[in-house]
Amino acid sequence: MKELMIGNAALSRGLYEAGCSVISSYPGTPSTEITEEFAKYDDVYCEWAPNEKVAMEAAFGASLRGKRSACCMKHVGLNVAADPLFTMSYTGVNAGMVICVADDPGMHSSQNEQDSRHYAIAAKVPMLEPSDSQEALDFAKLAYEISEEYDTPVFIKMCTRVAHSQSITEKGERTEVTREYEKNPRKYIMAPANAIARHPFVEERTAKLVELAETASFNRVEEGTGECGFGIITSSTSYQYVKEVFGDTVSVLKLGMVNPLPVKLIKDFAKKVEKLYVIEELDPIIETHCKNLGIEVIGKEKFSILGEFSQRTIAKAFELEEKETVVLDTNIPVRPPMMCSGCPHRGMYYVLAKNKITVLGDIGCYTLGSMPPLNALDMTLCMGASVSGLHGFNKAGGEVSEKNTVCVIGDSTFMHSGVTGLINIAYNQSNSTVIVLDNSITGMTGHQQNPTTGKNIKGDPAGKVDLEALCRSVGISSVRVVDPYNLEECERVVKEELAKEEPSVIISRRPCVLLKYVKPKKPLRVDPDKCRGCKRCMKFGCPSISFRDKHAVVDSTLCVGCGVCAGLCPFDAFESEEE
Amino acid sequence: MAVKNIMIVGVGGQGSLLASKLLGRLLVDEGFDVKVSEVHGMSQRGGSVVTYVRFGDKVYSPVIEEGEADFIVSFEKIEAARYVRHLKKGGTVIVNTQQIDPMPVIIGSTVYPDAVLEEMSSKGVQVDALDALSLATQAGSAKACNIVLMGKLAKYFDIPCEKWEKAIEKCVKPNFVEINKKAFKIGYDH
Repeated sequence: MKELMIGNAALSRGLYEAGCSVISSYPGTPSTEITEEFAKYDDVYCEWAPNEKVAMEAAFGASLRGKRSACCMKHVGLNVAADPLFTMSYTGVNAGMVICVADDPGMHSSQNEQDSRHYAIAAKVPMLEPSDSQEALDFAKLAYEISEEYDTPVFIKMCTRVAHSQSITEKGERTEVTREYEKNPRKYIMAPANAIARHPFVEERTAKLVELAETASFNRVEEGTGECGFGIITSSTSYQYVKEVFGDTVSVLKLGMVNPLPVKLIKDFAKKVEKLYVIEELDPIIETHCKNLGIEVIGKEKFSILGEFSQRTIAKAFELEEKETVVLDTNIPVRPPMMCSGCPHRGMYYVLAKNKITVLGDIGCYTLGSMPPLNALDMTLCMGASVSGLHGFNKAGGEVSEKNTVCVIGDSTFMHSGVTGLINIAYNQSNSTVIVLDNSITGMTGHQQNPTTGKNIKGDPAGKVDLEALCRSVGISSVRVVDPYNLEECERVVKEELAKEEPSVIISRRPCVLLKYVKPKKPLRVDPDKCRGCKRCMKFGCPSISFRDKHAVVDSTLCVGCGVCAGLCPFDAFESEEE
Repeated sequence: MAVKNIMIVGVGGQGSLLASKLLGRLLVDEGFDVKVSEVHGMSQRGGSVVTYVRFGDKVYSPVIEEGEADFIVSFEKIEAARYVRHLKKGGTVIVNTQQIDPMPVIIGSTVYPDAVLEEMSSKGVQVDALDALSLATQAGSAKACNIVLMGKLAKYFDIPCEKWEKAIEKCVKPNFVEINKKAFKIGYDH
């Protein structure tokens, strides 16, 4: 049956059809749906792990035991999972194993623009790169075949436009694949003697994969009709943009495997064209490979190393005529993302901003606390860095810093890699104040369960980490819980904990307002007779409150009735709508 | 058929995902090659969001660039203006007149530009404006705003209403089908 599927759903379907039986992942845009879609099948096992390293090792364990497995993550997640990756390249697999990694050129929802292809090269692991949903499905099957035949984990690299674009995809049937587990210390115990013996295998494997790359159908030449004398080497979504601009007029070498890259295929293609362009998003990886082969190509000098491409990027680079557009004289105000109406994080940020506290932040919806009018954050680096960074900040800054600095980290991020930083605080004793913004879900990526929610990926009851007990057990004796809707309580507790001569954890606990079980209350309204237009409520930065005709007004379609604004108004102007 | 381009733009959380799902379903059923592209994640938190829908005999790129859109369906007034550069010459903007202040307006660092629809008209854009929020409320739910706008868009196509209704049945939960069909009709008849 043909249907419209996003790339991630198609990839997930491909993994399923190929007989994948175990997926362990950590959510991260734009990779999350691969795992979420897989969780909908009842005859396979699927889980959210606390972080990508754990996920990759779980998937490796499943492969070792004889089941085809996968793990999925965003590009920065691969940094976390890099440790097992590099040595899995040596051990190889038993049943096939696929690592799905999704890059985010243009940084729609990421903190950097790293190119995952570098990992494939560095770890000497093959990497397939689909350019649409059908290819994502097909490449999943291919990946398992390569994985088992060449004894290697295999990457499937997505990017935002392939992961989140829907195109027509044809589903097939599932095949079951199981291998026996046999003890094999020389293959699976990577102590030096065995690893030394295994390294030549890795090099030989890469040489064999290059041979595969020369002839396999996933790398294909599309002969042009000859109107353009030049040729283009491309892959992924850039291939679609090339075809959009040039159709069949230009010769294209479309690469489906970006590591290892073919040699003869590229040399032969180069001979047939007068001029050769390489069009690839982010880093010049195919370009550098060509140049290393002594082939003259035009790449990053014409096509940016920054951001996403489109058909326009390519048309402009070739100096084709620009399409006519409508340009307005009016300047349209930007509309950056922001914390939702009723977001529990806002209350805590209001208190921190009001008291001019230095705040080291982390990765999640709460990164939006950095936006005006709260401007509450001083730093955001990577998952978990708020807690470990706070420790170093305080060790360097001493008491002055300890009395006026906190870190904020979400419940899921704390489980991912915050807790190790907390152990360092407890062990090496800085008087740090850690605030866990516990909204009882992984918010930014669209509501995934995590070890603190008590539910598994399917929403069924699961083990539940007791945050308070966890913090106490690592050696933090001062652990307090506050409600971020209660600004007075938040302010008092933050001040008390900052003053203490010991490390402490404040858990700011209230579920995300977007969770289905959180029922919105009636919207508030502003009594225009009471409102004096002082704008104190505007400092809260709630998207439901705006200022019209010298008064605050509440947008009843957005307001969820949290009522925090009412406590901020000195004139009692906010009132609940009558039932 | 040459590729047609529709952009759906609005504010994160307004329900543009359902609108694109409905369009995608309908166009696949009509036998077109279709690509739909949207961005998930951070921008969905109240930011400006955009979905590209492209259909025809063969579609390559999943995105719509400047000067390429046949239609822009906007869930909010200034979002229509934000993306009007993407409109093809002679293209049409279908716009919900609802005003949602972005943060720079809320905090008073700039003002909401009120006259953008007039400016677009004066520059030759076909502007089809409607108060979709009130119309959706009439249909029984303010949330059906997205389907009211789809009803309005349907008028510009030769695809019979029954087929749109069938696509609605396939895309929304059974207990919301009636409200959405009503919303579609209100938009179509407007």
